[in-house]
Amino acid sequence: MEKLLEIDHLTKVFSLGSILSRVHITAVDSVSFYVKPAEIFALAGESGCGKTTTARIIMGFEEPTSGAIIHSGKMEAKKEKVWFTERIQAIFQDPFGTFNPLHTVDSYFFETLKNYRLVKSKVEAVDLIDEKLKAIGLSYDEFAGRYPNEFSGGQLQRISIARALLTNPTLLIADEPVSMVDASLRMSIVNLFKKLREELGVSVLYITHDLATAYYISDRIAIMFRGNIVEMGPVEQVLVEPRHPYTKLLRESIPEADPKNRWKTRVNLTELESEEYLRKGCKFAGRCPVVMEICKGVVPDDLMVDNVLVKCHKYTGAENT
Amino acid sequence: MDFTILRTEQLKAFYVLDMQGTQKVIKAVNEVDLEIKENEVYGIAGESGCGKTTLLKALFGAIEPPLRFMGGKVFYFMDGSGIEVTTLSAEEKRKLRLEYISYVPQGSMSVLNPVLKVKETYRDFIASHVSVRQLRREEAFKIAMQQIAELGLPRNILDAYPHQLSGGMRQRVTIALAALLKPRIIIADEPTTALDVVVQRGVVQLLKDIQARLKNTIVLVTHDMGVHANIADRIGIMYAGKMVEEATTEMIFEDPQHPYTQYLINSLPRFGDKTTRSSVPGSPPSLADLPEGCPFHPRCPFAMDICTHEMPPLISLSSDHKVACWLVGER
Repeated sequence: MEKLLEIDHLTKVFSLGSILSRVHITAVDSVSFYVKPAEIFALAGESGCGKTTTARIIMGFEEPTSGAIIHSGKMEAKKEKVWFTERIQAIFQDPFGTFNPLHTVDSYFFETLKNYRLVKSKVEAVDLIDEKLKAIGLSYDEFAGRYPNEFSGGQLQRISIARALLTNPTLLIADEPVSMVDASLRMSIVNLFKKLREELGVSVLYITHDLATAYYISDRIAIMFRGNIVEMGPVEQVLVEPRHPYTKLLRESIPEADPKNRWKTRVNLTELESEEYLRKGCKFAGRCPVVMEICKGVVPDDLMVDNVLVKCHKYTGAENT
Repeated sequence: MDFTILRTEQLKAFYVLDMQGTQKVIKAVNEVDLEIKENEVYGIAGESGCGKTTLLKALFGAIEPPLRFMGGKVFYFMDGSGIEVTTLSAEEKRKLRLEYISYVPQGSMSVLNPVLKVKETYRDFIASHVSVRQLRREEAFKIAMQQIAELGLPRNILDAYPHQLSGGMRQRVTIALAALLKPRIIIADEPTTALDVVVQRGVVQLLKDIQARLKNTIVLVTHDMGVHANIADRIGIMYAGKMVEEATTEMIFEDPQHPYTQYLINSLPRFGDKTTRSSVPGSPPSLADLPEGCPFHPRCPFAMDICTHEMPPLISLSSDHKVACWLVGER
C-alpha cells in the first residue's frame, strides 16, 4: 500500500511547573498513522487530546521528543525544509488571524510564490494565482489589492486554501478549518476539500472536534484521547458502530439535529484534565462505563478488530489480523 | 404553560456610529415581534451578525451606546401585569435582574472575578439583592452549597479560583449563578460554543435541570441547530435583524417553510448519510447596508420580483408557525 505521509511512534512530552514540582505531560504518546494519496484522513478528539500538537509537529512548529515523520518514503523528510513545505501546506483555524490586517491578501500569494521560486514574472504569477482562485470560486480582480477586513470569514478561509494550493502540495493539513466559520457557510469549505481531493488528488489531514463534518468528508478517521489514538479505521465503521467506549461517548454526545432523538441518558464530567494525562493504564478508565480492574494499571495494546484499530482491554482476544 | 412572560412589539434597536461626520446605522434588531411563554425553552438561531445577541441585550434592557433603542416595546409580565422595560430607571432594572430575569452573556466563562474564590462571587451575587447585614457570610455560603449540591456540581469548586476550573466548569458555574435567585427568565447567549461535545452536553443537561426545577423560561441563543433540537420547545430563526420563521422545534426541523431555514436544516451533516450537503449560497448581508425588500433575496434561489422591493410580513400558517416569505404568502 502506498503511503503519502507516515507518522511513526510520534511522542511529545511537555514539562510543566518549577524545578521542584515538575510534571511531565505526554501530550502525544507514541502516535502512528499514515495518510494515503488522495485521501481525506480525519484526526478527531476533544480539546487537549493532542491533535493540534501532532499537527504542529508535522508542520515543524514543534520538535518531537521522539518518533519519525516520513514523507513519500523519505525518512529525513523534514530536514529538507523547502522540499517538505512545498509538498505539505497548512490551513489554520482562525481565518482572521491568518492574515495580517495591515497587508493586502494578495501580498501573501506573491510572497509564497517568491519563497518557493515558482514563477519568473509578474504576469506568470497573476495567471497562477488566478488559476488557484478559480478553484475556490473567486477571481483575481475581485481580490487584488483588498485587505482582510473586506472579506467574510468563509471567504478568507477559502482564500487561505487557495494560497496553500499555490505550491501544488500533495497534502493539506487543515487544523479546525471550519470551527470559526459560520454554520451556514461551513459546508462550502468542507465541500471544497472534497472537490480538491477529487479534482487535484490532494490529500487532506483534517483535524477537528466536529465528528459530523469528519464523517461527511473523510475516508478514514483516528479518534485521539489524552495523547493516544484510541480508535482508528474507516469512518463508516468508527463513527457508525464505535467500538471504544470513549468513541461511543463522543458519538452519543453530539447533539443530533433531530428533536425526536434527544439525549435520554446523563453524562458525568468530573475528572480534571491533567489527572487523566497522568493516569497509569488506560487514560479513560476514570470515566469508562465498562471499566475493568486491568484498565487501571495496564495500558491496553493496539488491537485490530475487523480492520479497525482499538486501544481497549475489552477487545483482548477478539482481534483478528 | 400558556402565560406570556416576555413580549416585544415592533422592537427596533440600531447601532448608530459616527464615522468622521457620516452616520452609519446598523440595523441589528429590526421590527421584531416576539411572544415567549412561561415554562418553555425558546431558541433563537441564525448566523453570526444577524442580530441575535443584540436582540438579547434589548430583551434584558441593557441598551447602551452605540446601541440605541429606536422604537417598539418590550414587556415583562409579573403577576399578570405587564411592565414596559424601556421606561424603567436603571435602579428599577437592577432590582429585576437576577430575581426576575438573568443573562448569561457570550464567553461567560471569563466573567468570574479571577482574584476571588468562586464562593466570594456567590456571596457578591447574593449580597446584591439581599441586604448583607441580614445575611451573614456563612448563610450565603450555605445557600451556595445547597444550590451546587442540587445541581450536581462538585462541592470543592466553591473554594477554587476561576483559573483552577476548566472552561466547561466555569461555564456551568456562571449558569448556576444566573439561576441562583430563581429568576423567571434566564437568557443565555451561546452557552455551549467553544466547548467540547461532552462538556457541551453537560451544559445542556444543566440548563434542562434548572428549567425543570424552577419551571421558568429559558431564552437560548446558539447557532448550533443540534443543541436547539435537543433542548428548545420553540425556535425563532433570525436573518439580518428580522425574525423570518418561528415554530415549534419539530415543525422547524420537519417542515421548514422559509428558504433560509430550509438551507440551514438541510446543510447539517448527519451520520449514516453522506449525500452532498450545500451551504447557503453567497454571504450574509451587511446590517449597515441591507438590500431592499426581503434581505434574503440576493441569496435566495426562489427570489421573485416582489422580493426585491417589498419585505414580506410575518404571517401565521397555523397557531404556532409563523413565516415571513412571499412564497408562502402566495399559497
